[in-house]
Amino acid sequence: MQTVFSVAIDALAYGMVLFVISIGLSVTMGLMRVVNLAHGAFAMIGGYIASHATHAMGLGYGAAILLAVAGTVAIAVPVERLLIRRVYGAPELTQVLMTIGLTFCIIGIANYAFGPTLKTIPLPEALRGPVDLGFRSIAAHKLFAIACGAAAALALWLLVEKTAFGVRLRASVDNAAMAAALGVRTRRVYALSFAIAVGLAAFGGIVGAELLPIEPYYALRYMVTFLVVVSVGGAGSIPGALVACLLLGAVDTAGRYLAPEYGEFFFYLAVIAIVSIFPDGLLGRRRR
Amino acid sequence: MTGRRRKAAALNPLLRDVAGLAAIVAVAVAGYWLFPDNLALLTRIIAMALLVVSLDLVTGYCGVATLGHAALFGAGAYAAGIGAVHFGVTDPVAMVAVGLVAGALAGLVAGVVMLRGRGLGQLVLSIAIVYLFHEAANKASRWTGGSDGLAGIAPDPLLGLFGFDLWGRTAYVFGVVLLVVVVALLRVLVRSPFGMLCRGIRQDPVRVAAMGASVDAALVRMFAISGAVAGVGGALNAVSTQVVGLDSLSFTTSAEALVMLVLGGAGSLYGGLVGALAFMWFEDFVSSVNPFHWLTVVGALLIAVVLFAPAGLYGTAARLLGRLGAWLGARLGARR
Amino acid sequence: MSAVFSVAGLNKAFGGLTVAGDISLSLAAGDRVALIGPNGAGKTTFVNLVTGHLAPDSGRVALGGDDITGLGPTRRVRAGLVRTFQVTRLFDDMTPREHVALAVLQRTGRGGRLVGAFEAMDDVAAEADALLDSLGLAEVAGRPAGEIAYGQRRLLEIALALALKPRVLLLDEPAAGVPQADTPRIEAALAGLPPELAVLMIEHDMDLVFRFARRVVVLAAGRIVFDGPPADVAADARVREAYLGNYAHGRGSA
Repeated sequence: MQTVFSVAIDALAYGMVLFVISIGLSVTMGLMRVVNLAHGAFAMIGGYIASHATHAMGLGYGAAILLAVAGTVAIAVPVERLLIRRVYGAPELTQVLMTIGLTFCIIGIANYAFGPTLKTIPLPEALRGPVDLGFRSIAAHKLFAIACGAAAALALWLLVEKTAFGVRLRASVDNAAMAAALGVRTRRVYALSFAIAVGLAAFGGIVGAELLPIEPYYALRYMVTFLVVVSVGGAGSIPGALVACLLLGAVDTAGRYLAPEYGEFFFYLAVIAIVSIFPDGLLGRRRR
Repeated sequence: MTGRRRKAAALNPLLRDVAGLAAIVAVAVAGYWLFPDNLALLTRIIAMALLVVSLDLVTGYCGVATLGHAALFGAGAYAAGIGAVHFGVTDPVAMVAVGLVAGALAGLVAGVVMLRGRGLGQLVLSIAIVYLFHEAANKASRWTGGSDGLAGIAPDPLLGLFGFDLWGRTAYVFGVVLLVVVVALLRVLVRSPFGMLCRGIRQDPVRVAAMGASVDAALVRMFAISGAVAGVGGALNAVSTQVVGLDSLSFTTSAEALVMLVLGGAGSLYGGLVGALAFMWFEDFVSSVNPFHWLTVVGALLIAVVLFAPAGLYGTAARLLGRLGAWLGARLGARR
Repeated sequence: MSAVFSVAGLNKAFGGLTVAGDISLSLAAGDRVALIGPNGAGKTTFVNLVTGHLAPDSGRVALGGDDITGLGPTRRVRAGLVRTFQVTRLFDDMTPREHVALAVLQRTGRGGRLVGAFEAMDDVAAEADALLDSLGLAEVAGRPAGEIAYGQRRLLEIALALALKPRVLLLDEPAAGVPQADTPRIEAALAGLPPELAVLMIEHDMDLVFRFARRVVVLAAGRIVFDGPPADVAADARVREAYLGNYAHGRGSA
């Protein structure tokens, strides 16, 4: 029973971290229709900045998060302007190549700047120990990750469903040309959404640093996972991404507990099975 | 067009192909004489070139983007290696045959799986396939040597006469012969009705279906053929380097193969060869540097190619030559 | 006379919207039928249902007496049901000769051949050249399809369809987007269609309809409201109502 609970908590924490990082990718894919394989790299950059901020600059956890998110967005915006924007509307292969090239560059630069070792982000006192729930206790940082994921989901839901910006975002996702014809500044919506997406990715990278350790190959190692979330959850769908993340979190964690000698074999097998059975995503919305 | 003129027109591409193959042989001979101490590297380049050419079949001709093609290469390499180490299949030609079959089977599986997905899903499936193969090879260490790799591959002398020695001469000549044969066969393939069908699939699958041709069946077939070619490359690698490592089944190798293809130019087969040669030569040249710097260089190269030369080295050169030819033709025509 | 093509009780609805309401229609060999109707009536949807790209909720489609309702689009083409596209779908990099050769190879079962360039196959090349010639495409036969005029692309679409030697041909607006000057070429091509071929043409150009069709079917809101000779179409009350709405009964003729 203990094990089932541990697996469940780990799966939930992992799933929530995945969600915070991947939801940005889902939205930008649904919006700009760009296959952005470099999204994980932005999460990694966030982690690196936070690690540097806490270790080398002596900042506290909260301050480090703010600095890292701001810093990552500051890096990502010109990259989008100069490079990614050039492949909007290009064939899928071209987008894949451009964003893989970007990922490789970022990995190389990270290694050069920070070295190949794992980077930690020291947790504040409050998040260090276990939290006693009465019948069980779980690590505080896992609880924090779950809480952050839930908060992000809620905040996004409010943003998309209840605000004017959200309306413009949904219009642009459904039919960009029509939205533009109706006076929606689609360029602004794209730019703002991209910034939010990258900011969330960085935030997820920091909050999930205990579960997804920060090292130069991070961007490549979890690339598949983020892409699977978007593919299975359906680009642009928040509930779809949430379900996909929880599902993948459960599969990955279960695999690690039940068959650790097999490595990630069963995870990838499950990925193939899920994508094969739901080629149009879990919620089945076929995009033309 | 009269029958005779038509036959003459059909001869043109045939002559071009013969010229292309002659060029490959010429470059190979030059390599042999100019770099006698580096033949092992050149043979590795040939093996990779076969992978890149096999990727061209699927991506350049059929339009299917995949980041998992190294799975087919690795399948051929491991099959040849396991055949040699565990089953005593040490004749080099037999090893290549084993690699070919294994690669074709892997290609078949990959094709069937990938066709279940569309768009991003298809790409994701390709990545999952290569990782799956990688994990399987890692786990089955009794057969594959796991993360240490499969060593102790000792191929018999080729044709009973030419031993595979430290200088790698036999391996190199073997590789060149394989390359020429494969490229010749593939050039025939791309000009065949099946080749035309695949080019059509890349441009408009709906139109192909409206002609009564099954798109999925054609793609799976092409995947199997592509797998066979990649498998030959993997087997060649096993025969010449006499080890098989997990890196032959890695996502990075798939990505690098794609970079090589794009660098040289997709859709012509020759572009893949040019790209493989240029890339691996450059890699060896820069290899003394920190491998992570290499990754940055590859990334920057990829971005540069996408932005400035999307047709690749060969493609851009072919286009420029074509324009030059047309310009010259117009000038000469005007003169008369 | 047995029908070479028949549709019985075809129904398709998307939620509350009926795009096909109990459509029944049959064509005999050699028929020249025009399918007309106001925009949104469901004409292209009908073609998609019949060619197998859209699955009907109920109904039966038969070709030459054989039930093809369960077949996928590719099998239906092989059975002899061929369509052209409203917006031309061609391979921009390939020449008209290559297009038609591909279709001929497909039809004769050699589409999957791994060896042999088609130029060396006498029968294929001869047939392709003859077909292109009959449609007036001989001069552009060697140019990439992306470079030829739109009217010629339309003719190529028809050539492709003919190369498949269909029993039933569905033409989806064959003259759409073609400049006025080129319409006679399209009409000549239509006049030259094999006499035993059953042809159903969707069109908006009424002149073309009345010159081409021996029978007219009118579709409105997914249902057939008229099926008869062209001379009677304009006078039919239901047709007037479909096109003119309330104005059909209003102040006299326009």
